[in-house]
Amino acid sequence: MSERVTGSEALMRSLENEGVTTLFGYPGGAIMPVYDALYDHRDTLNHVLVRHEQGAVHAAQGYARVSGKVGCVIATSGPGAMNTITGIADAMIDSTPIVVICGQVGAAMLGTDAFQEVDVIGVTQPITKWAYQIRRAEDVAWAVSRAFYIAKSGRPGPVVLDFTKNAQTAVVEYESAKVDFIRSYVPVPEWDDNVILQAATMINASKKPFVLVGQGVELGEASCELKAFLEKAQIPAGCTLLGLSALPSDHPLNMGMLGMHGNLACNVKTNECDLLIAIGMRFDDRVTGNLNTYAKQAKIIHFDIDPSEINKNVKVDLAVLGNCKDTLAAVTSLVKETNHQEWVDSFKPYAEREYEKVTKKALAPIDGPLLMSEIAHKVSEATNNEAVLVTDVGQNQMFSCKYFKFTHAHSVITSGGCGTMGFGLPAAIGATYGAPERTVCMFTGDGGLQMTIQELGTIMEQGSPVKIILLNNNFLGNVRQWQYLFFNKRYSYTPMVNPDFELIAKAYDIPSRTVILREDLDDAIREMLETDGAFLLQCVVKEEDNVLPMTPPGANVDEMILEIE
Amino acid sequence: MKKNDGSQCGTCDTCGKCNDQNDCGIRMYTLIIYSENIAGLLNQITAVFTRRQVNIESLNVCASSTPGVHKYTISCYCTEEMVKMLTKQIEKKIDVLQANYFLEDEIYIQETALFKLSTPVVLSNKNVSRIVRFHDARIVEVNPNYVVVEKSGMTDDILALYEKLKDCDCVLQFARTGRICITKGCVELLDEYLKVRMMKYDLQKTQQQ
Ligand SMILES: Cc1ncc(C[n+]2csc(CCOP(=O)(O)OP(=O)(O)O)c2C)c(N)n1
Ligand SMILES: [Mg+2]
Repeated sequence: MSERVTGSEALMRSLENEGVTTLFGYPGGAIMPVYDALYDHRDTLNHVLVRHEQGAVHAAQGYARVSGKVGCVIATSGPGAMNTITGIADAMIDSTPIVVICGQVGAAMLGTDAFQEVDVIGVTQPITKWAYQIRRAEDVAWAVSRAFYIAKSGRPGPVVLDFTKNAQTAVVEYESAKVDFIRSYVPVPEWDDNVILQAATMINASKKPFVLVGQGVELGEASCELKAFLEKAQIPAGCTLLGLSALPSDHPLNMGMLGMHGNLACNVKTNECDLLIAIGMRFDDRVTGNLNTYAKQAKIIHFDIDPSEINKNVKVDLAVLGNCKDTLAAVTSLVKETNHQEWVDSFKPYAEREYEKVTKKALAPIDGPLLMSEIAHKVSEATNNEAVLVTDVGQNQMFSCKYFKFTHAHSVITSGGCGTMGFGLPAAIGATYGAPERTVCMFTGDGGLQMTIQELGTIMEQGSPVKIILLNNNFLGNVRQWQYLFFNKRYSYTPMVNPDFELIAKAYDIPSRTVILREDLDDAIREMLETDGAFLLQCVVKEEDNVLPMTPPGANVDEMILEIE
Repeated sequence: MKKNDGSQCGTCDTCGKCNDQNDCGIRMYTLIIYSENIAGLLNQITAVFTRRQVNIESLNVCASSTPGVHKYTISCYCTEEMVKMLTKQIEKKIDVLQANYFLEDEIYIQETALFKLSTPVVLSNKNVSRIVRFHDARIVEVNPNYVVVEKSGMTDDILALYEKLKDCDCVLQFARTGRICITKGCVELLDEYLKVRMMKYDLQKTQQQ
């Protein structure tokens, strides 16, 4: 029952077979046959034309992170493919499932420095989970199915398909393919009953257990299992930046964020607990600080799906391999119902101290310019804490992640491992496709917004309902903070002369408003949220604010600065 | 001065070769890696070493006894902690079937070397042929210009022969292969792996039906 079609048509059918409905892309010479085939699939495959290929990848990431599905990108060869690199690296380190399909010169011309030929496989191999060159139309169905299987299964990640032009145009008998097994690839290690038992025994013996929640919980769709586990044994938990929405912010056992700009209580207790239970997180240096003093007093259990994460940064006493959705449920059935009330209460004085020294001033300043923190807090409240938070990178990211509240999983989309400025705007566009029923609030800085500002064109064309909250301090604020703290206040190239962002929004037909005064903030937020579609809310904020508390880089995790001067 | 080429840690003299008290833990490890026969994998495997700043001392790639499966034999000096990380990161590559690491006494090791010697020197210096015989090397070619000698054995045997010949000032060229290895254990790790994977596949298929 096969039919003769071109490789490009085979690609369309293969994408449809994988359930793809949305693509982010940009055409060019070496991918034109694919775009030609796409023209006949407009009803089923919605292609979003971005303004720069980096935007396509970040959009696919936003789409994937909010929906749990695989994001898909199409780009041309050479420069098109190279523009996707930053996003691919970002997806790799943040374990985001995306498939990037780029055009390539015809197989006969490979290696000849043909027009727009770049060795895409060579360049992307180190930053992908899998990179494959499709040189024959016969391989399309198989390669696409394999790509989606690899991107999504196990620890997710980016896959690149480099599609030579001859393969796009050659005619083949199309037969669909379904890859769901690769003998050399074990996506989810099998869990071991003995290890589960040992973990439960360690947890039952612990007086002061502390859980570190990572994005693995979200990727494994294990929020319910996590909650059941924490509640049964009454174990307090802290979340990594990417794991923030894996546990509702107002859950009584949620003690806040971990790491450099995390909450004081979490970081102090990391170095006080007797058992540290890490779930789907990778002990990034932004979480651990100085490894030589990190949780030395504690036994450590590490739940992870990726064996190569075990003992990579922190030596652990027990590794629980597997999908945490399964392993958490199994451990939960064996842990005793406990009450660590005294231990849970011991977090409070630190939370109070942070509140007194930092949070109070950050959320309810009496005078002075607007603060990023109060804006994030107010926007979150105005959306009933139900919005999807997308951020760019810098102080805007730290403040919005710290002061936004989350009620469901898949609600925080931020560039963690890579810290890619310019991530926010396109990722937010993607998120509006991945969760069309949700409000998407994107916090960005004056620096980061300008790194991918051209995607305002995509918003204009698509009518993407992105609420852009520009926290404008006329500084590369995050770098300025470091210069202030560690480089003697020498502000080397961090002040910025900025354009009139409202005029720019106007040019793209995006309604906007600028707030300077505190008394206008509520109304401005209301207007933004009530406006249909996209909106740019520019908040003129304190120029030299600092994200606190802070563990200086390389310092012990519990040695947080609460005040400056 | 200690050279810091990866074969020594730079702080102690132990490094697998010496027997100092303060052992830095660096040893010669040999990784045996099996992969599907797919182009570009060698690059990915060696990149793992590069990223971790471990120098590869010896590398051999060939077909294995299992059809369609390639075998990589890679030796390097590092700590056990490091070799564990390398092994896991290599095994993580989609098309790598299995990676294991071994110490020197867990494998049979063989290397081959070829020496091109100057015939006039060989004829004039009787020591040369004595050295060749003493080291159990084979002469594979003789002509008026040069003699080709082949020697198989452990690295140290080959290097010993090389040093002796060099002293005779007769070596025109010297080439040595990477080491090839066979494990001493009685379990064929790859066969076990493939068997388990096959069972898993069958199970998955029956579950789907
Ligand atoms: C692509 C890229 N270039 C440079 C950096 C380094 N960097 C991190 S934060 C930052 C400043 C960001 O400034 P802005 O976007 O205005 O945000 P703010 O910190 O002021 O909120 C810079 C330059 C980066 N993370 N990414
Ligand atoms: Mg700024």
